[in-house]
Amino acid sequence: MPYKTETIEPGTELLTVNMGPSHPSTHGVLRLILTLDGERVVRAEPVMGYLHRGMEKISENKTYTQFIPYTDRLDYLAPLSNNVAFALAVEKLVGVTVPARCQFIRVLVCEMSRISAHLLWLGTHAVDLGAITVFMYTFREREVLYNFFEALTGTRLTTSYTRIGGLTRDLPAGFLDEVGRWLDRFAGELDEYETLLTKNKIWVERTQGVGVLKADDAIELGVSGPNLRASGYEWDLRKTRPYSGYEQFEFEIPIGSTGDVYDRYLVRIEEMRQSVKICRQAVKNMPGGPINVDDPKLVLPPKDQVLTKMEQLIHQFIIVTEGFHAPKGEIYHAIEAPKGELGFYIVSEGGPSPYRMKIRSPSFINLQALPSICVGALISDVVAIIASLDPVMGEVDR
Amino acid sequence: MTPGTAIPGVEQGLKASQRAVESLRSLFGDAIREQVSFRGEETLYLDPARLVEICRHLKNDAALSYRYLVDITAIHWLDAPHEYEVAYLLCSLQNNSLLRLKVRAGGTTGVDAVPTVTGVWAAADWNEREEWDKVGVVFAGHPNLKRILMPEDWEGHPLRKDYPVEGIGA
Repeated sequence: MPYKTETIEPGTELLTVNMGPSHPSTHGVLRLILTLDGERVVRAEPVMGYLHRGMEKISENKTYTQFIPYTDRLDYLAPLSNNVAFALAVEKLVGVTVPARCQFIRVLVCEMSRISAHLLWLGTHAVDLGAITVFMYTFREREVLYNFFEALTGTRLTTSYTRIGGLTRDLPAGFLDEVGRWLDRFAGELDEYETLLTKNKIWVERTQGVGVLKADDAIELGVSGPNLRASGYEWDLRKTRPYSGYEQFEFEIPIGSTGDVYDRYLVRIEEMRQSVKICRQAVKNMPGGPINVDDPKLVLPPKDQVLTKMEQLIHQFIIVTEGFHAPKGEIYHAIEAPKGELGFYIVSEGGPSPYRMKIRSPSFINLQALPSICVGALISDVVAIIASLDPVMGEVDR
Repeated sequence: MTPGTAIPGVEQGLKASQRAVESLRSLFGDAIREQVSFRGEETLYLDPARLVEICRHLKNDAALSYRYLVDITAIHWLDAPHEYEVAYLLCSLQNNSLLRLKVRAGGTTGVDAVPTVTGVWAAADWNEREEWDKVGVVFAGHPNLKRILMPEDWEGHPLRKDYPVEGIGA
Protein backbone atom coordinates (compact mmCIF):
# COMPACT_ATOMS: atom_id res chain seq x y z
CA MET A 1 0.00 0.00 0.00
CA PRO A 2 2.74 2.60 0.69
CA TYR A 3 4.44 1.67 -2.56
CA LYS A 4 1.29 1.80 -4.64
CA THR A 5 2.09 2.79 -8.21
CA GLU A 6 -0.17 3.41 -11.17
CA THR A 7 -0.04 0.88 -13.96
CA ILE A 8 1.98 2.40 -16.75
CA GLU A 9 1.40 1.44 -20.35
CA PRO A 10 4.50 0.24 -22.19
CA GLY A 11 6.11 2.97 -24.24
CA THR A 12 4.95 5.76 -21.89
CA GLU A 13 7.59 8.41 -21.49
CA LEU A 14 7.89 9.38 -17.82
CA LEU A 15 9.27 12.65 -16.56
CA THR A 16 11.03 13.11 -13.25
CA VAL A 17 10.54 16.50 -11.64
CA ASN A 18 12.25 17.81 -8.55
CA MET A 19 10.07 19.85 -6.22
CA GLY A 20 11.80 21.66 -3.37
CA PRO A 21 13.58 21.70 -0.96
CA SER A 22 13.21 25.44 -1.42
CA HIS A 23 9.73 25.79 -2.85
CA PRO A 24 7.00 28.10 -1.53
CA SER A 25 4.35 25.39 -1.37
CA THR A 26 6.38 22.69 0.37
CA HIS A 27 6.10 24.69 3.61
CA GLY A 28 9.72 24.49 4.62
CA VAL A 29 12.56 22.41 3.31
CA LEU A 30 10.70 19.37 2.06
CA ARG A 31 11.87 17.94 -1.22
CA LEU A 32 9.74 15.72 -3.42
CA ILE A 33 10.97 13.68 -6.35
CA LEU A 34 7.93 13.35 -8.56
CA THR A 35 7.70 10.94 -11.46
CA LEU A 36 5.07 12.12 -13.91
CA ASP A 37 3.08 10.63 -16.75
CA GLY A 38 1.90 13.82 -18.42
CA GLU A 39 0.32 15.74 -15.56
CA ARG A 40 -0.41 12.66 -13.45
CA VAL A 41 1.86 11.67 -10.59
CA VAL A 42 3.06 8.09 -10.92
CA ARG A 43 5.44 8.10 -8.01
CA ALA A 44 6.31 10.56 -5.26
CA GLU A 45 9.31 10.25 -3.00
CA PRO A 46 9.78 12.68 -0.13
CA VAL A 47 13.36 13.54 0.77
CA MET A 48 13.97 15.21 4.10
CA GLY A 49 16.63 15.88 6.68
CA TYR A 50 17.54 19.36 5.50
CA LEU A 51 16.63 20.72 8.92
CA HIS A 52 18.09 17.85 10.94
CA ARG A 53 19.81 19.21 14.05
CA GLY A 54 20.30 15.97 15.96
CA MET A 55 18.03 16.97 18.84
CA GLU A 56 17.78 13.46 20.23
CA LYS A 57 21.57 13.25 20.47
CA ILE A 58 21.75 16.71 22.02
CA SER A 59 19.23 15.66 24.68
CA GLU A 60 21.58 12.93 25.91
CA ASN A 61 24.12 15.56 26.92
CA LYS A 62 21.75 18.14 28.44
CA THR A 63 19.79 18.11 31.66
CA TYR A 64 16.03 17.77 31.29
CA THR A 65 15.55 21.47 32.00
CA GLN A 66 18.23 22.46 29.51
CA PHE A 67 16.39 20.59 26.77
CA ILE A 68 13.20 22.68 27.04
CA PRO A 69 14.45 25.43 24.63
CA TYR A 70 15.12 22.74 22.02
CA THR A 71 11.47 21.72 22.10
CA ASP A 72 10.55 25.24 20.91
CA ARG A 73 12.28 24.37 17.68
CA LEU A 74 10.37 21.18 16.95
CA ASP A 75 7.01 22.33 15.65
CA TYR A 76 7.96 25.99 15.61
CA LEU A 77 4.36 26.98 14.89
CA ALA A 78 3.22 25.73 18.29
CA PRO A 79 6.21 25.95 20.64
CA LEU A 80 4.05 26.19 23.77
CA SER A 81 2.42 22.91 22.92
CA ASN A 82 5.84 21.22 22.58
CA ASN A 83 6.98 22.72 25.90
CA VAL A 84 3.95 21.19 27.60
CA ALA A 85 4.45 17.82 25.91
CA PHE A 86 8.03 17.56 27.08
CA ALA A 87 7.30 18.75 30.61
CA LEU A 88 4.48 16.22 30.97
CA ALA A 89 6.71 13.38 29.77
CA VAL A 90 9.49 14.20 32.24
CA GLU A 91 6.94 14.71 35.01
CA LYS A 92 5.58 11.23 34.30
CA LEU A 93 9.12 9.85 34.55
CA VAL A 94 9.79 11.69 37.81
CA GLY A 95 6.31 10.89 39.10
CA VAL A 96 4.88 14.31 39.96
CA THR A 97 1.60 16.04 39.10
CA VAL A 98 1.51 19.81 38.77
CA PRO A 99 -1.05 21.98 40.65
CA ALA A 100 -4.46 22.70 39.13
CA ARG A 101 -3.64 26.28 38.15
CA CYS A 102 -0.59 25.10 36.23
CA GLN A 103 -2.67 22.47 34.45
CA PHE A 104 -5.26 25.04 33.40
CA ILE A 105 -2.64 27.49 32.16
CA ARG A 106 -1.06 24.68 30.17
CA VAL A 107 -4.40 23.79 28.61
CA LEU A 108 -5.01 27.44 27.78
CA VAL A 109 -1.64 27.92 26.08
CA CYS A 110 -1.91 24.58 24.25
CA GLU A 111 -5.24 25.58 22.77
CA MET A 112 -4.04 29.09 21.92
CA SER A 113 -1.08 27.59 20.09
CA ARG A 114 -3.40 25.16 18.32
CA ILE A 115 -5.39 28.13 17.02
CA SER A 116 -2.16 29.89 16.06
CA ALA A 117 -0.84 26.81 14.22
CA HIS A 118 -4.13 26.22 12.43
CA LEU A 119 -4.30 29.88 11.40
CA LEU A 120 -0.92 29.60 9.74
CA TRP A 121 -2.01 26.39 8.04
CA LEU A 122 -5.23 28.01 6.81
CA GLY A 123 -3.50 31.12 5.50
CA THR A 124 -0.75 29.30 3.63
CA HIS A 125 -3.08 26.55 2.38
CA ALA A 126 -5.34 29.21 0.87
CA VAL A 127 -2.39 31.06 -0.68
CA ASP A 128 -1.19 27.81 -2.24
CA LEU A 129 -4.53 27.52 -4.01
CA GLY A 130 -4.63 31.19 -4.99
CA ALA A 131 -6.89 32.66 -2.29
CA ILE A 132 -4.55 35.34 -1.01
CA THR A 133 -7.12 37.33 0.99
CA VAL A 134 -7.52 34.62 3.62
CA PHE A 135 -3.81 34.80 4.39
CA MET A 136 -4.12 38.49 5.34
CA TYR A 137 -7.05 37.77 7.67
CA THR A 138 -5.45 34.83 9.44
CA PHE A 139 -2.10 36.51 9.90
CA ARG A 140 -3.77 39.49 11.54
CA GLU A 141 -5.25 37.21 14.23
CA ARG A 142 -2.01 35.28 14.52
CA GLU A 143 -0.27 38.53 15.31
CA VAL A 144 -2.67 39.08 18.21
CA LEU A 145 -1.88 35.61 19.53
CA TYR A 146 1.84 36.25 19.24
CA ASN A 147 1.38 39.41 21.29
CA PHE A 148 -0.31 37.30 23.96
CA PHE A 149 2.58 34.84 23.89
CA GLU A 150 5.01 37.72 24.20
CA ALA A 151 3.17 39.12 27.21
CA LEU A 152 3.16 35.68 28.78
CA THR A 153 6.66 34.38 28.07
CA GLY A 154 8.70 37.38 26.98
CA THR A 155 9.20 36.06 23.46
CA ARG A 156 6.99 35.45 20.47
CA LEU A 157 8.43 32.21 19.13
CA THR A 158 11.00 30.57 21.39
CA THR A 159 8.75 30.50 24.40
CA SER A 160 10.36 27.82 26.66
CA TYR A 161 7.44 28.47 28.98
CA THR A 162 7.21 25.25 30.96
CA ARG A 163 9.56 23.94 33.60
CA ILE A 164 9.65 20.40 34.91
CA GLY A 165 7.07 20.59 37.67
CA GLY A 166 5.59 23.94 36.71
CA LEU A 167 5.96 27.07 34.63
CA THR A 168 8.48 29.86 34.32
CA ARG A 169 6.02 32.51 35.48
CA ASP A 170 2.39 33.08 36.34
CA LEU A 171 -0.07 34.88 34.07
CA PRO A 172 0.54 38.63 33.79
CA ALA A 173 -2.08 41.00 35.24
CA GLY A 174 -5.18 41.36 33.08
CA PHE A 175 -4.10 38.55 30.75
CA LEU A 176 -7.23 36.45 31.14
CA ASP A 177 -9.57 39.40 30.51
CA GLU A 178 -7.67 40.33 27.36
CA VAL A 179 -7.76 36.74 26.11
CA GLY A 180 -11.47 36.53 26.93
CA ARG A 181 -12.22 39.64 24.86
CA TRP A 182 -10.15 38.35 21.97
CA LEU A 183 -11.93 34.98 22.04
CA ASP A 184 -15.30 36.70 21.70
CA ARG A 185 -14.10 38.58 18.66
CA PHE A 186 -12.24 35.62 17.13
CA ALA A 187 -15.32 33.39 17.06
CA GLY A 188 -16.81 35.87 14.58
CA GLU A 189 -13.60 36.00 12.57
CA LEU A 190 -13.77 32.24 12.06
CA ASP A 191 -17.22 32.55 10.50
CA GLU A 192 -15.78 35.19 8.22
CA TYR A 193 -12.98 32.89 7.00
CA GLU A 194 -15.60 30.31 6.22
CA THR A 195 -17.61 32.74 4.11
CA LEU A 196 -14.47 33.15 1.99
CA LEU A 197 -13.80 29.46 1.44
CA THR A 198 -16.30 26.83 2.58
CA LYS A 199 -18.82 27.40 -0.23
CA ASN A 200 -16.40 29.06 -2.63
CA LYS A 201 -16.78 27.19 -5.93
CA ILE A 202 -13.09 27.34 -6.80
CA TRP A 203 -12.03 26.19 -3.32
CA VAL A 204 -14.52 23.32 -3.31
CA GLU A 205 -13.50 22.12 -6.76
CA ARG A 206 -9.82 22.26 -5.94
CA THR A 207 -10.21 20.33 -2.68
CA GLN A 208 -13.18 17.96 -2.81
CA GLY A 209 -12.27 14.42 -3.81
CA VAL A 210 -8.58 15.37 -3.94
CA GLY A 211 -5.96 13.53 -1.90
CA VAL A 212 -8.29 11.00 -0.33
CA LEU A 213 -6.93 9.13 2.69
CA LYS A 214 -9.21 6.37 3.99
CA ALA A 215 -9.38 5.70 7.73
CA ASP A 216 -7.94 2.16 7.47
CA ASP A 217 -4.98 3.38 5.43
CA ALA A 218 -4.43 6.27 7.81
CA ILE A 219 -4.25 3.91 10.79
CA GLU A 220 -2.00 1.49 8.91
CA LEU A 221 0.39 4.35 8.13
CA GLY A 222 0.35 5.72 11.67
CA VAL A 223 -1.31 9.01 10.69
CA SER A 224 -2.59 11.00 13.66
CA GLY A 225 -4.23 14.31 14.51
CA PRO A 226 -6.64 16.19 12.23
CA ASN A 227 -5.46 14.11 9.26
CA LEU A 228 -6.68 10.91 10.91
CA ARG A 229 -9.90 12.49 12.14
CA ALA A 230 -10.70 13.89 8.69
CA SER A 231 -10.77 10.27 7.50
CA GLY A 232 -13.71 9.68 9.82
CA TYR A 233 -11.95 8.02 12.74
CA GLU A 234 -12.59 9.61 16.11
CA TRP A 235 -9.29 9.57 17.99
CA ASP A 236 -8.05 12.46 20.05
CA LEU A 237 -5.64 11.99 22.93
CA ARG A 238 -7.28 14.84 24.80
CA LYS A 239 -10.31 12.53 25.13
CA THR A 240 -8.80 9.05 25.01
CA ARG A 241 -5.84 9.61 27.35
CA PRO A 242 -6.63 12.95 29.00
CA TYR A 243 -3.62 14.82 30.36
CA SER A 244 -3.19 18.13 32.16
CA GLY A 245 -6.83 18.13 33.29
CA TYR A 246 -8.47 17.93 29.86
CA GLU A 247 -11.11 15.62 31.37
CA GLN A 248 -12.54 18.71 33.11
CA PHE A 249 -13.24 20.50 29.84
CA GLU A 250 -16.23 20.15 27.60
CA PHE A 251 -15.55 19.99 23.90
CA GLU A 252 -16.28 17.89 20.86
CA ILE A 253 -14.05 16.03 18.43
CA PRO A 254 -14.85 17.06 14.86
CA ILE A 255 -14.41 14.28 12.31
CA GLY A 256 -14.67 14.12 8.54
CA SER A 257 -16.14 11.44 6.32
CA THR A 258 -14.26 11.08 3.04
CA GLY A 259 -10.75 12.03 4.12
CA ASP A 260 -10.08 14.40 1.23
CA VAL A 261 -8.39 17.79 1.31
CA TYR A 262 -11.75 19.50 1.88
CA ASP A 263 -12.50 17.34 4.92
CA ARG A 264 -9.11 18.10 6.42
CA TYR A 265 -9.95 21.77 5.92
CA LEU A 266 -13.35 21.47 7.61
CA VAL A 267 -11.96 19.46 10.53
CA ARG A 268 -9.27 22.03 11.32
CA ILE A 269 -11.71 24.93 11.07
CA GLU A 270 -14.03 23.19 13.53
CA GLU A 271 -11.08 22.34 15.78
CA MET A 272 -10.37 26.04 16.10
CA ARG A 273 -13.98 26.56 17.25
CA GLN A 274 -13.58 23.81 19.83
CA SER A 275 -10.29 25.35 20.96
CA VAL A 276 -12.08 28.66 21.47
CA LYS A 277 -14.61 26.78 23.60
CA ILE A 278 -11.84 25.19 25.70
CA CYS A 279 -10.01 28.52 26.09
CA ARG A 280 -13.22 30.17 27.29
CA GLN A 281 -13.66 27.49 29.95
CA ALA A 282 -10.03 27.85 31.00
CA VAL A 283 -10.40 31.62 31.28
CA LYS A 284 -13.65 31.33 33.23
CA ASN A 285 -12.64 28.56 35.62
CA MET A 286 -8.97 29.39 36.12
CA PRO A 287 -8.15 28.18 39.64
CA GLY A 288 -5.90 30.11 42.00
CA GLY A 289 -2.99 28.74 43.96
CA PRO A 290 0.60 27.90 43.14
CA ILE A 291 1.85 27.13 39.64
CA ASN A 292 4.77 24.96 40.69
CA VAL A 293 5.10 21.62 42.41
CA ASP A 294 6.20 22.00 46.02
CA ASP A 295 9.43 20.06 45.65
CA PRO A 296 12.63 22.04 46.23
CA LYS A 297 14.73 19.30 44.61
CA LEU A 298 12.82 19.66 41.35
CA VAL A 299 11.69 23.27 40.99
CA LEU A 300 13.87 26.36 41.41
CA PRO A 301 13.06 28.22 44.66
CA PRO A 302 11.82 31.86 44.51
CA LYS A 303 14.69 34.23 43.87
CA ASP A 304 14.23 36.34 47.03
CA GLN A 305 14.58 33.21 49.16
CA VAL A 306 17.70 32.12 47.30
CA LEU A 307 19.33 35.40 48.28
CA THR A 308 18.40 35.14 51.95
CA LYS A 309 18.15 31.43 52.89
CA MET A 310 20.93 28.86 52.94
CA GLU A 311 18.87 25.78 52.01
CA GLN A 312 17.20 27.47 49.06
CA LEU A 313 20.59 28.60 47.83
CA ILE A 314 21.85 25.00 47.94
CA HIS A 315 18.79 23.73 46.05
CA GLN A 316 19.19 26.43 43.42
CA PHE A 317 22.88 25.59 43.06
CA ILE A 318 22.29 21.86 42.64
CA ILE A 319 19.40 22.25 40.17
CA VAL A 320 21.31 24.75 38.03
CA THR A 321 24.73 23.11 38.02
CA GLU A 322 23.81 19.44 38.10
CA GLY A 323 20.09 19.12 37.44
CA PHE A 324 17.59 16.95 39.32
CA HIS A 325 17.99 13.19 39.20
CA ALA A 326 15.28 11.18 37.49
CA PRO A 327 14.63 7.55 38.45
CA LYS A 328 15.74 4.65 36.27
CA GLY A 329 13.02 3.47 33.93
CA GLU A 330 11.39 4.23 30.63
CA ILE A 331 8.19 6.06 29.82
CA TYR A 332 6.25 7.31 26.83
CA HIS A 333 3.92 10.24 27.08
CA ALA A 334 2.06 11.86 24.21
CA ILE A 335 -0.19 14.86 23.80
CA GLU A 336 -2.57 15.87 21.06
CA ALA A 337 -0.43 18.58 19.47
CA PRO A 338 -1.87 20.68 16.61
CA LYS A 339 -0.36 18.26 14.09
CA GLY A 340 -1.22 15.04 15.91
CA GLU A 341 0.32 12.70 18.45
CA LEU A 342 3.49 14.31 19.79
CA GLY A 343 5.18 11.85 22.12
CA PHE A 344 8.41 11.66 24.05
CA TYR A 345 9.89 8.25 24.79
CA ILE A 346 12.50 8.65 27.51
CA VAL A 347 14.88 5.88 28.52
CA SER A 348 16.46 6.89 31.81
CA GLU A 349 19.37 5.21 33.51
CA GLY A 350 18.95 7.60 36.42
CA GLY A 351 20.80 10.91 36.56
CA PRO A 352 19.98 14.36 35.22
CA SER A 353 19.80 13.55 31.47
CA PRO A 354 18.04 10.89 29.42
CA TYR A 355 20.08 7.89 28.28
CA ARG A 356 18.09 7.92 25.05
CA MET A 357 15.17 10.05 24.04
CA LYS A 358 12.97 9.55 21.02
CA ILE A 359 10.70 12.31 19.81
CA ARG A 360 7.66 10.79 18.15
CA SER A 361 6.77 13.67 15.92
CA PRO A 362 3.37 13.68 14.24
CA SER A 363 4.53 15.50 11.09
CA PHE A 364 7.19 12.90 10.30
CA ILE A 365 4.76 10.02 10.48
CA ASN A 366 1.94 11.92 8.74
CA LEU A 367 4.26 12.70 5.87
CA GLN A 368 4.68 8.98 5.33
CA ALA A 369 1.16 9.00 3.89
CA LEU A 370 2.10 11.56 1.25
CA PRO A 371 3.50 9.20 -1.44
CA SER A 372 0.41 6.99 -1.50
CA ILE A 373 -2.01 9.94 -1.50
CA CYS A 374 -0.17 11.68 -4.33
CA VAL A 375 -0.13 8.72 -6.71
CA GLY A 376 -2.72 9.31 -9.41
CA ALA A 377 -3.20 12.97 -8.52
CA LEU A 378 -2.53 15.88 -10.84
CA ILE A 379 0.73 17.70 -10.22
CA SER A 380 -1.18 20.88 -9.38
CA ASP A 381 -3.07 18.97 -6.68
CA VAL A 382 0.17 17.89 -4.99
CA VAL A 383 0.40 21.45 -3.69
CA ALA A 384 -3.05 21.16 -2.13
CA ILE A 385 -2.28 17.74 -0.67
CA ILE A 386 0.96 18.83 1.02
CA ALA A 387 -0.74 21.87 2.53
CA SER A 388 -3.66 19.78 3.78
CA LEU A 389 -1.36 17.29 5.55
CA ASP A 390 0.20 20.30 7.28
CA PRO A 391 3.73 19.05 7.94
CA VAL A 392 6.25 21.24 9.78
CA MET A 393 9.79 20.43 8.80
CA GLY A 394 11.28 21.44 12.14
CA GLU A 395 9.42 18.54 13.63
CA VAL A 396 9.96 16.14 10.74
CA ASP A 397 13.74 16.53 10.72
CA ARG A 398 14.26 17.25 14.43
CA MET B 1 -13.31 5.13 17.12
CA THR B 2 -15.88 4.96 14.45
CA PRO B 3 -18.53 7.53 15.29
CA GLY B 4 -21.02 6.42 17.91
CA THR B 5 -18.83 3.88 19.71
CA ALA B 6 -17.74 4.70 23.22
CA ILE B 7 -14.00 5.09 23.77
CA PRO B 8 -12.72 2.95 26.66
CA GLY B 9 -11.26 4.98 29.51
CA VAL B 10 -7.64 5.05 30.63
CA GLU B 11 -8.28 2.45 33.37
CA GLN B 12 -9.90 0.07 30.91
CA GLY B 13 -6.97 0.65 28.58
CA LEU B 14 -4.50 -0.39 31.27
CA LYS B 15 -6.54 -3.54 31.91
CA ALA B 16 -6.55 -4.27 28.19
CA SER B 17 -2.73 -4.09 28.19
CA GLN B 18 -2.66 -6.65 31.01
CA ARG B 19 -4.99 -8.89 29.05
CA ALA B 20 -2.73 -8.62 26.01
CA VAL B 21 0.28 -9.63 28.11
CA GLU B 22 -1.63 -12.63 29.49
CA SER B 23 -2.75 -13.65 26.04
CA LEU B 24 0.85 -13.49 24.77
CA ARG B 25 2.07 -15.47 27.77
CA SER B 26 -0.36 -18.30 27.06
CA LEU B 27 0.33 -18.39 23.32
CA PHE B 28 4.01 -17.42 23.05
CA GLY B 29 5.22 -18.04 26.62
CA ASP B 30 8.56 -19.47 25.45
CA ALA B 31 9.32 -16.35 23.37
CA ILE B 32 8.90 -13.91 26.28
CA ARG B 33 12.14 -13.36 28.13
CA GLU B 34 11.31 -10.62 30.58
CA GLN B 35 8.53 -8.32 31.60
CA VAL B 36 8.95 -4.83 33.03
CA SER B 37 6.21 -2.60 34.42
CA PHE B 38 6.94 1.06 35.13
CA ARG B 39 4.45 3.90 35.65
CA GLY B 40 1.64 1.77 34.25
CA GLU B 41 3.47 0.87 31.05
CA GLU B 42 4.06 -2.77 30.16
CA THR B 43 7.23 -3.79 28.35
CA LEU B 44 7.83 -7.31 27.07
CA TYR B 45 11.27 -8.49 25.99
CA LEU B 46 10.89 -10.97 23.14
CA ASP B 47 12.91 -13.48 21.21
CA PRO B 48 13.77 -11.59 17.97
CA ALA B 49 13.12 -14.71 15.87
CA ARG B 50 9.46 -14.73 16.99
CA LEU B 51 8.92 -10.96 16.76
CA VAL B 52 7.07 -10.80 13.44
CA GLU B 53 4.81 -13.71 14.35
CA ILE B 54 3.88 -12.09 17.67
CA CYS B 55 3.32 -8.68 16.06
CA ARG B 56 1.05 -10.23 13.47
CA HIS B 57 -0.97 -11.91 16.21
CA LEU B 58 -1.26 -8.68 18.19
CA LYS B 59 -2.47 -6.82 15.13
CA ASN B 60 -4.85 -9.39 13.69
CA ASP B 61 -6.45 -10.81 16.83
CA ALA B 62 -9.88 -9.18 16.93
CA ALA B 63 -9.90 -8.80 20.72
CA LEU B 64 -6.40 -7.28 20.93
CA SER B 65 -6.35 -5.32 17.66
CA TYR B 66 -3.02 -3.49 17.97
CA ARG B 67 -3.51 -1.90 14.57
CA TYR B 68 -1.64 1.31 15.26
CA LEU B 69 2.15 1.31 15.40
CA VAL B 70 3.03 4.43 17.38
CA ASP B 71 6.78 4.35 17.25
CA ILE B 72 9.97 2.33 16.84
CA THR B 73 13.07 3.34 18.80
CA ALA B 74 16.50 1.75 18.78
CA ILE B 75 18.81 2.12 21.76
CA HIS B 76 22.54 1.51 21.65
CA TRP B 77 24.22 0.07 24.74
CA LEU B 78 27.93 0.22 25.39
CA ASP B 79 28.46 -1.99 28.42
CA ALA B 80 25.84 -4.68 27.97
CA PRO B 81 25.94 -8.16 26.48
CA HIS B 82 23.58 -6.92 23.76
CA GLU B 83 24.55 -4.07 21.49
CA TYR B 84 21.07 -2.84 20.64
CA GLU B 85 17.57 -2.80 21.91
CA VAL B 86 14.70 -2.02 19.61
CA ALA B 87 11.45 -0.87 21.23
CA TYR B 88 8.11 -1.08 19.42
CA LEU B 89 5.25 0.90 20.87
CA LEU B 90 1.87 -0.43 19.78
CA CYS B 91 -1.54 1.05 20.34
CA SER B 92 -4.90 -0.63 20.21
CA LEU B 93 -7.27 2.17 19.29
CA GLN B 94 -10.28 -0.02 19.96
CA ASN B 95 -9.17 -0.83 23.55
CA ASN B 96 -7.28 2.44 24.13
CA SER B 97 -4.28 0.45 25.29
CA LEU B 98 -0.54 0.73 24.75
CA LEU B 99 2.00 -2.08 24.76
CA ARG B 100 5.76 -1.95 24.32
CA LEU B 101 7.69 -4.84 22.80
CA LYS B 102 11.45 -4.99 22.91
CA VAL B 103 14.06 -7.16 21.27
CA ARG B 104 17.79 -7.32 21.88
CA ALA B 105 20.41 -7.89 19.22
CA GLY B 106 24.12 -7.55 18.49
CA GLY B 107 26.96 -8.09 20.94
CA THR B 108 27.02 -11.61 22.35
CA THR B 109 23.34 -12.31 21.72
CA GLY B 110 24.12 -14.13 18.49
CA VAL B 111 21.43 -12.10 16.69
CA ASP B 112 22.87 -9.72 14.07
CA ALA B 113 19.77 -8.26 12.53
CA VAL B 114 16.28 -7.55 13.76
CA PRO B 115 13.51 -8.74 11.42
CA THR B 116 11.51 -5.95 9.80
CA VAL B 117 7.88 -5.43 10.77
CA THR B 118 7.07 -3.48 7.60
CA GLY B 119 5.06 -6.51 6.51
CA VAL B 120 2.82 -6.08 9.55
CA TRP B 121 2.42 -2.29 9.73
CA ALA B 122 3.16 -0.02 6.76
CA ALA B 123 4.01 2.69 9.32
CA ALA B 124 7.18 0.77 10.25
CA ASP B 125 8.82 1.75 6.97
CA TRP B 126 10.12 5.23 7.83
CA ASN B 127 10.53 4.39 11.52
CA GLU B 128 12.92 1.55 10.73
CA ARG B 129 14.80 3.64 8.18
CA GLU B 130 15.23 6.36 10.78
CA GLU B 131 16.48 4.00 13.48
CA TRP B 132 18.92 2.37 11.08
CA ASP B 133 20.13 5.80 10.05
CA LYS B 134 20.67 6.97 13.62
CA VAL B 135 21.71 3.84 15.50
CA GLY B 136 22.79 1.38 12.83
CA VAL B 137 20.42 -1.48 13.62
CA VAL B 138 19.94 -3.57 10.48
CA PHE B 139 16.30 -4.45 9.88
CA ALA B 140 16.45 -7.65 7.86
CA GLY B 141 14.01 -7.70 4.97
CA HIS B 142 13.21 -3.97 4.94
CA PRO B 143 12.27 -3.03 1.35
CA ASN B 144 14.16 0.26 1.22
CA LEU B 145 16.67 0.55 4.07
CA LYS B 146 18.44 3.81 3.29
CA ARG B 147 19.24 7.01 5.17
CA ILE B 148 16.32 9.32 5.86
CA LEU B 149 17.49 12.20 8.07
CA MET B 150 21.27 12.20 7.59
CA PRO B 151 22.84 12.96 4.18
CA GLU B 152 23.17 9.93 1.89
CA ASP B 153 26.98 9.91 2.07
CA TRP B 154 27.18 10.25 5.85
CA GLU B 155 29.50 7.87 7.64
CA GLY B 156 28.57 6.32 10.94
CA HIS B 157 25.40 6.36 13.02
CA PRO B 158 25.27 9.41 15.28
CA LEU B 159 23.04 8.10 18.07
CA ARG B 160 25.47 5.32 18.95
CA LYS B 161 27.08 5.91 22.30
CA ASP B 162 30.58 5.50 20.84
CA TYR B 163 29.96 8.27 18.30
CA PRO B 164 32.09 11.32 19.14
CA VAL B 165 30.04 14.30 20.30
CA GLU B 166 32.79 16.88 19.86
CA GLY B 167 33.79 16.28 16.26
CA ILE B 168 35.46 13.31 14.63
CA GLY B 169 38.80 12.55 16.27
CA ALA B 170 38.21 14.84 19.27
